[in-house]
Amino acid sequence: MESILTPLSGGLIIGLAVATYLLLTGKVVGISGILAQTLFSKARFLPMLFIVGLLIGGSAYGVLTTQTVPFPEARHPLLLIASGLLVGYGTRLGSGCTSGHGVCGISRLSPRSIVATLTFMAAGIITVAIVY
Amino acid sequence: MIAFITFVTGLIFGLGLAIAEMTNPAVVLAFLDIFGDWNPSLIFVMGGAVAVGMIGYMIRNRRSKPWLADKWYIPTRQDIDKDLLSGAVMFGIGWGLSGYCPGPGLTALVNNPAEGFYFIGAVIAGSTLYHLRRDGSRAGQPNQAP
Repeated sequence: MESILTPLSGGLIIGLAVATYLLLTGKVVGISGILAQTLFSKARFLPMLFIVGLLIGGSAYGVLTTQTVPFPEARHPLLLIASGLLVGYGTRLGSGCTSGHGVCGISRLSPRSIVATLTFMAAGIITVAIVY
Repeated sequence: MIAFITFVTGLIFGLGLAIAEMTNPAVVLAFLDIFGDWNPSLIFVMGGAVAVGMIGYMIRNRRSKPWLADKWYIPTRQDIDKDLLSGAVMFGIGWGLSGYCPGPGLTALVNNPAEGFYFIGAVIAGSTLYHLRRDGSRAGQPNQAP
């Protein structure tokens, strides 16, 4: 039961962030898009603030509590670089990632996001089956 | 005010990721490993997030504009094109290689820097490559998420 409650509460909190941000600012939360805006947009200030918040929120909790699953030992740089290049290029070409398509897009029942989410889930599952 | 809200949204989003343990790529890989020792937790993370997100969109549909902005900035495209599909395949392969998508990858800069710097460096290189290849005249306006 605890194994359901923890991820569910994390998900509800993510949903709360997405829904309040939408209703207050009118924008969707897409991390790959926000990261790209810090790099390529002239309006860098807001996306940078978002990322600073994300870094604090995403690391402080781990400092304050014990995680049930340990972080992996640092893996080979080439694996991480190949992964990052595909994630960076693919999320721009496909206009979104797990947050923009997977959470925001499915929440508004966007056909593009539903198709994209099923596609990247399937690609991820096949990749893990082959590599690990 | 918008700046404060943007910062707090990032903070709460990151907190949710960490509570759900999605900041840990080992948990994400265990979810994608449906043929191995499967850990279904990401289903509950996404289910919880989408359930609350849907309430947000239901409220949105009753309002002409957001509380603190003049209009909605929500993607309107409906077409399923080749870029969407090939981009999602590339992203999925990259995600399955390491267990990092962009949010957890960013938090790895702090949580697991030995991995985070290689991953995020490559994400920046990959998105830069995309923007260079695309029509240079539009390079100043990256795609909004979906």
